[in-house]
Amino acid sequence: MTTALSIHNLHKHFTLHNQGGTNIPVFNGLNAEIKTGESVAIVGPSGQGKSSLLKLIYGTYQATSGMINVLHNGAPFNVIHAAPHEILALRRSTIGYVTQFLRCIPRVSAEDVVAEPLRERGTALAEARSHARDLLARVNIPERLWHLPPMTFSGGEQQRVNIARGFAAHFPILLLDEPTASLDAENRARVMTLIEDAKARGSTIIGVFHHADERHNVCNREIDIALTHTSEKVV
Amino acid sequence: MKKLISVNALSKSYGNNLACDEVSFELYEGEVLAIVGESGSGKTTLLRCLAGLLPPSAGEILYHKTDGSQIDIVKASEAVRRHLLRSEWGFVHQDARDGLRMGVSAGANIGERLMAIGDRHYGHIRSSAEQWLERVDIPVSRIDDSPYAYSGGMRQRLQISRNLVTAPRLMFMDEPTGGLDVSVQARLLDLMRGLVRDLNLAVILVTHDLAVARLLSSRMMVMQNGQVVEQGLTDQILEDPQQPYSQLLVSSVLQV
Repeated sequence: MTTALSIHNLHKHFTLHNQGGTNIPVFNGLNAEIKTGESVAIVGPSGQGKSSLLKLIYGTYQATSGMINVLHNGAPFNVIHAAPHEILALRRSTIGYVTQFLRCIPRVSAEDVVAEPLRERGTALAEARSHARDLLARVNIPERLWHLPPMTFSGGEQQRVNIARGFAAHFPILLLDEPTASLDAENRARVMTLIEDAKARGSTIIGVFHHADERHNVCNREIDIALTHTSEKVV
Repeated sequence: MKKLISVNALSKSYGNNLACDEVSFELYEGEVLAIVGESGSGKTTLLRCLAGLLPPSAGEILYHKTDGSQIDIVKASEAVRRHLLRSEWGFVHQDARDGLRMGVSAGANIGERLMAIGDRHYGHIRSSAEQWLERVDIPVSRIDDSPYAYSGGMRQRLQISRNLVTAPRLMFMDEPTGGLDVSVQARLLDLMRGLVRDLNLAVILVTHDLAVARLLSSRMMVMQNGQVVEQGLTDQILEDPQQPYSQLLVSSVLQV
């Protein structure tokens, strides 16, 4: 079995230069290894850095030191200190990321928001849109909303558009940050089927899940970030 | 991805005032790089040096052509630079009047660039102009109007289409949405996002507006007093800025 993600001695501190140089330690020597096709839940108390870990893997947060190797085009690729164009290539083809909130773009319709990851991979407009419409239907967005920008949608609707977008391109590795936090039971079940489909395609799932039952249904393993630090937290 | 431009230790001083201090970076095909910073930080000077409109005091700008050869923009002749700006490059000014010929029609503005690279066929030039007007949402019926008769947003779209007609690989943009109403700005941003993706265009964009940078760019460079204080992925700089000045800049944005 290949390793999809391996994290070695990861340190992350935030230094707030304009707040008297306050130092906020998040990780102090985190280690983890995730095999291809595994579904892993990141667990730990609130504020311990579950979302931060996903952002470090995606390159949105810059690690202080350590190594985050992602299996990319058949070889380990270290996200830390990679050049921007390399991380952008990684995001186009290997890692997908479903954030907690949809970032709305003025004037762009729901179906185009969902189609965008496919368009960036070079899929033709008609095909990308048709795939986007299938996904919007699967997450229960009424057809009359598809051509409207999601800015005016309800919070739950925006989150479902966001999820549809995250699952539009079939990424080998998917980062999910509380994908169902703001959804009702029926819509949560719909999102679960999307995650199950991704697993069936062989995608590696790394997620933070709000509900314990979902975590147990989706994941075969948990990583408790409070326990994976090799050294004591810096105070 | 192919490398488009390599900049090494580019500096520009006006007397004792250092407007750009040893700026270095590389840009790849299809990348959008936003240069942000407050007024006077040197971002427009940097842009003009990169585009060959202003001679730098020191440093090197290597442009990698499609055929694999390289041109040092600093050492190249004026004719070479002008040819690049008319063909493989484009330059979009904040004030459309600086980038358009206001005395001739919209169609002639687009056609002029085609003629500059040797197109002489009137029918072809006319139909290209029509196509590019449509591409930027300008009704073809307005093709013979003077840019004076256009609104600010339309002028800016015309300026962009004039540049795109020669299928450039790289566009320089100086505050392209500055001075436009927010609704007009949103439409222009939407248009630019589509063009960048569909034409695999690389853009070096100067803006003081972090929201514009977030919407359009994949990479960002933060300038202060002529120096690049930080560069990286746009989402990384906006969500996890490392340097004191970038942290200040990001935390100063008003939330709506």
